[in-house]
Amino acid sequence: MSEVLVFELTILVLAIFLGIEVISKVPTMLHTPLMSGTNAIHGIVLVGAILVAGRADADTLTMVVGFCAVVLGTANVVGGFVVTDRMLEMFKQRGPRKSE
Amino acid sequence: MSRTTTDLLYLVTIVTFILALRFLSSPKRARQGNLLGAAGMALAIAVTLAQDGLGNFVWIGLAMAIGTLIGVAGARSVKMTAMPQMVALFNGVGGGAVALIALAEFHNLTPLPGELAAEESIAILLSALIGSISFSGSLVAFAKLQELLSGRPIVYPGQQFVNGAVLLVGLVLGALIVAGAEGDLLVVALIATALVFGVLFVLPIGGADMPVVISLLNAFTGLAASAAGFLLHNNVLIVAGALVGASGTLLTLLMGRAMNRSIGNVLFGAFGAVQAGAGPAALADGRSVRSTTAEDLAIMLGYARKVVFVPGYGLAVAQAQHDVRAVAEQLEAKGVNVLYGIHPVAGRMPGHMNVLLAEANVPYDQLKEMDEINPELPQTDVVVILGANDVVNPAARSDPGSPIYGMPIIDVDRAASVVVVKRSLSPGFAGIDNPLFYDPKTSMLFADAKKALEDVGAALKGL
Repeated sequence: MSEVLVFELTILVLAIFLGIEVISKVPTMLHTPLMSGTNAIHGIVLVGAILVAGRADADTLTMVVGFCAVVLGTANVVGGFVVTDRMLEMFKQRGPRKSE
Repeated sequence: MSRTTTDLLYLVTIVTFILALRFLSSPKRARQGNLLGAAGMALAIAVTLAQDGLGNFVWIGLAMAIGTLIGVAGARSVKMTAMPQMVALFNGVGGGAVALIALAEFHNLTPLPGELAAEESIAILLSALIGSISFSGSLVAFAKLQELLSGRPIVYPGQQFVNGAVLLVGLVLGALIVAGAEGDLLVVALIATALVFGVLFVLPIGGADMPVVISLLNAFTGLAASAAGFLLHNNVLIVAGALVGASGTLLTLLMGRAMNRSIGNVLFGAFGAVQAGAGPAALADGRSVRSTTAEDLAIMLGYARKVVFVPGYGLAVAQAQHDVRAVAEQLEAKGVNVLYGIHPVAGRMPGHMNVLLAEANVPYDQLKEMDEINPELPQTDVVVILGANDVVNPAARSDPGSPIYGMPIIDVDRAASVVVVKRSLSPGFAGIDNPLFYDPKTSMLFADAKKALEDVGAALKGL
């Protein structure tokens, strides 16, 4: 096993524990917005798609596949964040009522 | 930009993602959290584009423009009620992107036979497999929720056998790739098999359980992203993918628990089929109640427009009249419209509740008699029932066999959601079972009314 792989496995395991810890107290009402928010975050695959499509030595197949991957990844990122934001609009704070 | 600088800036993105998840778990900061995540994402994309040795910017720019158009158009045009299927769709395309990355990397890493390291082939296998299952599974979930496909579970004889066979083909293809067999077609075949498996996996699950399935597939895409990170040796992919994979799995379990369904039951129970056969009358055994917590109730109330409290004998026993007024005042300070629905025979004597609430200085104009409150209930977001039972029992309206059939009741089941604060599931004064408790929009807060209201008040302070 290479040193790089051991390092990557280490951060993987730590990130898994962190992922569980960080949302452990989420109220039921936020389940769907949180799902949508994590959905946007895994749009990070766009970074991978760009790295593939941007290879200097890319042949036609790599280019076509990479192009499609970038389209899909961008849709994931943009759509994910916009949908989450729309869901969360309903959590806007309202001020106290004027009367009383 | 050098690799070191890139990785340092990726670390900033990782921090924003962790904070985004934390903020998304609290209603006050959820929106900030989402914006913070988006900012971190923008940084990661910019950093990636500025990396040394990258080319083909025209094509990448064009692809990003198309993806942005699809994303914005899709996300902006859907109605609020169609949000879950949009999440499914955007999750699916993310999974698809991972599968394509795996295909392209396999193609690029195998110009010469026997060159692929075991860790690379395993990473390719996992990203292609999980990404494809997430892609096709999400599309089926989308089609079911959008009613392009029947929301009913689709089952056929020999289903388990077919699923098993498809999975087996996938595993054999995977084993071949790990064993060092090469050729792009192998990965294409693996992706195709995984796509079929994703479809077969979601088809037998009913529409009502789709949110849980989408959450699970969301966690899958996270894991696939993490696998792609191993393939590309990219830290931000590994960490962000693992964060989503882990939090998504926990969220799936929490959602299942909130719906009172185990995940195994959701995935393999073909629940909808059983329920459709039983019909709504089957209230005997096997019915279920949802329970909630004071914290969840506080959030429901804090973000409602209109809340109605329906007090009963339990409120009097617990001496909680001052606590309910305190909670009502907190809600009014947040702009929530609060009313009390008083049934003429709530409590142990006529007017019992009016006296009790008047003693606690509840404003008289908020106390509504049954005939006044009933027309208000369809526009009410949350009804909180405090120790009342028979006076809100819908059997009085619908079940001619019930001893209280024909008694006028407060129609709490017409509100958007109902929370019953009650010490246990035991029947009320009249000893009659209450179907309201098993209504899907009802949740039970099993606690003494005083204790429950104190906890709600404390939680409201933190909102």
